[in-house]
Amino acid sequence: MSTASAAPAALEFRGAAPWRRALRLHGWTVAVWLVLLAMVPYWRSLSEGDFKFDLQALAIDALPLCFAAMAQAIVVISGGIDLSIGSLMAVVNVLSAREMVDMSVRQALAFSLLILVLTALASGLTGLIIVLTRIPDIVVTLGMLFVWQGVALWIMEIPGGGVPVSFGDLAVGDVGSTGIPNALVAVFVALLVLWVPLRWLRPGLAIYAVGSNRNSAYLSGIGVARTRVGAYMLAGLFTGLGGLALSASSGIGDPNSGATYTLNSVAAVVLGGVSLLGGVGGLVGVIAAAYVLTLSKIILLLRGTDPNYANVYQGALIILVVVIGGLITRKTRS
Amino acid sequence: MTVVPEALERESRLDVVRRFLVDNPVVVLVGVLVLLFVLTDLVNRHEAGEPFVTWNQLSTTFLVAAPLGMIAAGQTLVMLTGGVDLSVAFTATAAAFATSWQGGNGTVQGILAGLAVGVGIGLANGIGVGVFRVNPLIMTLGTSSVTFGLLSIYAGRSFEKVVPGFVAGLGSDRFFDYLPANLIFWAAIAALLILGLRYTGYGRMLYAVGDNEVAARLAGVRVWQVLVLVYALCGLFSAFGGLLLVGFTNNPDLGLATPYLLQSVAAVVIGGTSIFGGWGSYSGTIVGVLILTVLGSLLTLLNADEWQRQVIYGAIIIVLTAIYARVSGAE
Repeated sequence: MSTASAAPAALEFRGAAPWRRALRLHGWTVAVWLVLLAMVPYWRSLSEGDFKFDLQALAIDALPLCFAAMAQAIVVISGGIDLSIGSLMAVVNVLSAREMVDMSVRQALAFSLLILVLTALASGLTGLIIVLTRIPDIVVTLGMLFVWQGVALWIMEIPGGGVPVSFGDLAVGDVGSTGIPNALVAVFVALLVLWVPLRWLRPGLAIYAVGSNRNSAYLSGIGVARTRVGAYMLAGLFTGLGGLALSASSGIGDPNSGATYTLNSVAAVVLGGVSLLGGVGGLVGVIAAAYVLTLSKIILLLRGTDPNYANVYQGALIILVVVIGGLITRKTRS
Repeated sequence: MTVVPEALERESRLDVVRRFLVDNPVVVLVGVLVLLFVLTDLVNRHEAGEPFVTWNQLSTTFLVAAPLGMIAAGQTLVMLTGGVDLSVAFTATAAAFATSWQGGNGTVQGILAGLAVGVGIGLANGIGVGVFRVNPLIMTLGTSSVTFGLLSIYAGRSFEKVVPGFVAGLGSDRFFDYLPANLIFWAAIAALLILGLRYTGYGRMLYAVGDNEVAARLAGVRVWQVLVLVYALCGLFSAFGGLLLVGFTNNPDLGLATPYLLQSVAAVVIGGTSIFGGWGSYSGTIVGVLILTVLGSLLTLLNADEWQRQVIYGAIIIVLTAIYARVSGAE
């Protein structure tokens, strides 16, 4: 695991050689982005489509996973893990598709805000249960996985509903007519507005501190319970965005739509350099990892590979990356 | 002055009860199970006008529970070491496919093929976790994804599926009308596991590794060997579960064992095994499996919708674990 590769910025020594420190802190993130960039020429050589069009398709395809992975990353950094992300996304997906069918865009946007508040509260509730009962995260979120899956089925038993066309355009369209996909911009706007300001202020630092060592964080005067619940609430916001992205990009509600996102978000988090032990990594690498996973799927399809082999390659890829990452960090440590 | 000792004594009596329950969590769970049986019985009398607790129903409950019991056995062992195996469901399905693929060439060959697939996937998990130190969640997720991919490719190709008669018998026959064949098999495995965990060196090593891996290593345990073996065993038990399932349905399909993944984790958790490892037992898991199965029958009786079923499953995992943590004072 990449546990030892990077300590949270707050704990770094200021005296260390700057480049070495930067490498240790950001090496993995840069590497994932380089992998993504390296995949682009190969992708272009396979596709006969227009670049703008293809980029659009990639950005839309990756959008829900990006948000799910960011949500997962925040929880994992805080020292937990959330197995209920996918099914909460499904709840948002069916709820928005059922209610938005006949709405105007303006109403749909207002309703989206309401949904975001609700998901933040719902996910905060999960965090509250974890903190109050002291049951491990993995057990509580496993339970919530069932609960949300049930709620999604209750809201909508079979796929249906829809969203206003211009609401869907928010994900499907591009900015002005520059060809930069909205879906791509949305990810970075969410990152800049919801995460970056927190990351460098008290709440963000507290999340890293609690994730890397709960006892030390407590002894340093950080409200551990408050921070953990806060991390879940923030993750709930991103989960809500992920669910809305599902609705906007697919234009339909499906109670089973979230099934793959929990596990894929964990994969993206690990690939993105966030340690499952908590306290290490950032969201920028995780975004790249979500694109790498999506693009590798697209490339396999372009090559005419049986979609079932895509599962095989993706599983093997994740294991391989983690094994290699583990070997590298072990070597640098000794 | 005389008040103090009395108060102390009263508290210590409470403590005795608490300690007893902590040391024997199975007692609490059996209580829950009995309660569930009674509740189901009452509901059945009310809805259908006949008792639920009959020999026939009891026998059916065990027949249905056995495959989950097998898969949860492997999950228990892995969770005792502080890991988790998310590949159990597709391992079971793959074993079922392998058996029915080779079933035409003879019963023994079919069964061996199924078990070999299970152990093979388990070994891959074990090597990843034990040797390369990959997080168990990620490793088993990865092998699960690979297994599912390969399965859906081979399942798409047409081949003659033959479930050997012996496997079918093991999965669905009942002796003397009421004794399911798979219960005998399950009981044998259960006895082996419960005794093995308590009295063999390897059993104790599982607890040691789960409790404190560093301490176990310093005490001379070759942790990686323990881990490789435990995942291989988990693969083997999942394969057993897959064989019982395909013996029951007589028709391998891709979704054969899918619901059993989360249920196996739920059964182990309900059974009081710590998800952090080092604490728990297979006897608890057995009661957990039965609780889940009876709960399933109860919900069927009540004509529960799928969504209600899911919500109740989820709530019960959280509530039972919370009560459990409260009673035992464990954190």
